Amino acid sequence: MTIKTAALAAAVSVVAVTAASADTIKFAFIDPLSGPFGPSGEAAYTTFQLAAEKINEAGGVNGDMIEVTGYDNKINPKESLVQLQKAIDSGARYILQGNGSSVASAIIDAVEKHNKRNPGEEVLFFNYAAVTPAFTNERCSFWHFRFDAHADMKMNAITDYIKGNEDIKKVYLIGQDYIFGEAVAAAAEGQLGEKRPDIEIVGNELHPLGKVKDFTPYIQKIIASEADAVITGNWGADMQLLMKAAGSSGSDIPYFTFYGGSLGAVSSLGEASIGQLHQVTEGITNQDASDEQYALIEEYKERFPTYDYYYHRAFNTLNMFDMAAEKAGSADPIAVAKALEGLTMEQAYGTVTMRAEDHQAQQPLFISTVSDDVKYGVDNIDLGWKLVEGGEISAEAASAPTTCEMERPE
Amino acid sequence: METIVFALLNGVIYGLLLFMLSSGLTLIFSMMGVLNFAHASFYMLGAYFAFTISGSSSFWIALFIAPVLVGLVGAVVERYGLRKVHANGHVAELLFTFGLAYLIEEVVKIVYGKTSVDYRIPDLLDFPAFTIYGASFPAYRIFMLFVAIGMLVGLWVLLKKTRAGLIIQAALTHPHMVGHLGHNVPLIFMTVFGIGCALAGLAGVIGGNIFVTDPAMAVQMGPIVFVVVVVGGIGSLEGAFLASLLIGLLQNFAVGISASFGEIFGFLGLSTTSELGSITISSLAPMLPFLLLVLMLIFRPRGLMGEQEL
Repeated sequence: MTIKTAALAAAVSVVAVTAASADTIKFAFIDPLSGPFGPSGEAAYTTFQLAAEKINEAGGVNGDMIEVTGYDNKINPKESLVQLQKAIDSGARYILQGNGSSVASAIIDAVEKHNKRNPGEEVLFFNYAAVTPAFTNERCSFWHFRFDAHADMKMNAITDYIKGNEDIKKVYLIGQDYIFGEAVAAAAEGQLGEKRPDIEIVGNELHPLGKVKDFTPYIQKIIASEADAVITGNWGADMQLLMKAAGSSGSDIPYFTFYGGSLGAVSSLGEASIGQLHQVTEGITNQDASDEQYALIEEYKERFPTYDYYYHRAFNTLNMFDMAAEKAGSADPIAVAKALEGLTMEQAYGTVTMRAEDHQAQQPLFISTVSDDVKYGVDNIDLGWKLVEGGEISAEAASAPTTCEMERPE
Repeated sequence: METIVFALLNGVIYGLLLFMLSSGLTLIFSMMGVLNFAHASFYMLGAYFAFTISGSSSFWIALFIAPVLVGLVGAVVERYGLRKVHANGHVAELLFTFGLAYLIEEVVKIVYGKTSVDYRIPDLLDFPAFTIYGASFPAYRIFMLFVAIGMLVGLWVLLKKTRAGLIIQAALTHPHMVGHLGHNVPLIFMTVFGIGCALAGLAGVIGGNIFVTDPAMAVQMGPIVFVVVVVGGIGSLEGAFLASLLIGLLQNFAVGISASFGEIFGFLGLSTTSELGSITISSLAPMLPFLLLVLMLIFRPRGLMGEQEL
């Protein structure tokens, strides 16, 4: 091969590579894929993959294909930044993350810095589950979009429900000892104080994140405190193990949770969860939906039998991205970000709007509890989630004001 | 009152589980002269073996087979690994066990996956034993208590009341003399290592299902076991027993106390809203064993019952 043809061949292959990469939009999924929170990450990762497949099957985004790649951050903020750099280096312009506000906080900062230093190579962060309110309030960022309701919004749903329940006079708060657990405890205390000043908070406990293997001492403390209800923001293994200890201690206290849908929580508490374990989500599999949605739920379960259809917001995230990119006519992050602002989408459980002011998705929320008479069970048992009476909260009612003052690029 | 009763019950059970783990470690220390960093990995192996065996047969078979298997793995490690490394001195042995811990963790990840496995307590013991102050106490924990006490008695009888125990004790302190008397000292060492690992494995079998069986369980348990051995006095079984109970009770009592520094030291003018004052005793629970370790090394380096200083 002469030098000339070699150069030509190299040039052709460069063209071929750029042409091929122009056809894929790379999403980096940075979340725990091992360790105590591995199942939470894995369940979301599989949902994102299915959502991407559905979009690709329907012709992709402006003809381009979405590719979601998983990066295991071991739920460590430092490790996440290494993975973030790896993802950006491999061409990802969209970051998906949700498990752990400590991680989300680090990613928001890193993305801000990256975008300042690398104009033209901006990166967007789609947060699907890290719900510390600050991220769309005092710490809001143009590069960050949150597709899940934040802690104050979810707590609002819970406290409204408790407000109407006169039997609840003593509440116990238990949570994970980090930025998110603190936010949940603060929201619960503040809102209960306002809506039901007669309620006594008999415990406010933070335990180490992902380290407690046996919650029995905590549950015994809760039982001894004679609480009428427990509020917790625990998720992943911390939720499942809390329920395991509650189940074996025979506790019959209602639990109001953000993430009672965490893998294994319902099966750990067993029959005792019926009517007692509650969660606040953007939708549950057993509510009225289109046949299309039911088919999707069944397809997910068939493909990933270990997990249940839980991360509905993963579909919302990618579908809204698809809409925004088609509206903008480009998958360029700045164009997509601008198109996402104020975008409204009809989805299986109502309308979701991305509020332009703070990039916080506004959507209806639902309070559900466990029942043994449901269409779809969870954890491969017959128990599943069912809406409680009056458990539908409209997007307007679920909405919370924001203090965000966002700096926007030119 | 509730707090005390709950903390006593949980503390004693957790303490006995810790003793099951640390008794093997302390025996092995007396023998090798170095801490076995891979000891908690044998605890993990016990839990995983029990998970596999109870999946294909029953928990009761696993309860007997899994520790034996772990013991055999330990014996093989001693015979073909440690014994060869021993010639190169203590540092080499230490590094060997260190590497082994990582190796076992990675192998477990490859075989069983990176997340936890669903190792459950047997149905036969899945009922509340009794109810106190509104909380039911699971029968399985009572069962754990009996297994631990049974192990304790068995070990004591073996070491103090049998001829074999006599030889083991002699070999631990005076290997050359025992060798000259015609006993096979390397075989004794292999047996002790195997028994130590089997005890850790037994702890894994009965602990893996009430805690969590995942690849991180060795790393999480490892430091606590070292604390027990150091606090108890290196090489002392009695010391390890006392230290296990002490740490088990200390942690469980701390979790049960909701009071914050501000409430306790309020008379000194510490406010409950200040940074220091808002720290609760229960949030300190995970730290306490290590605080004990540091204090022990400063004020009583030979531990509670140890004969030699570190």
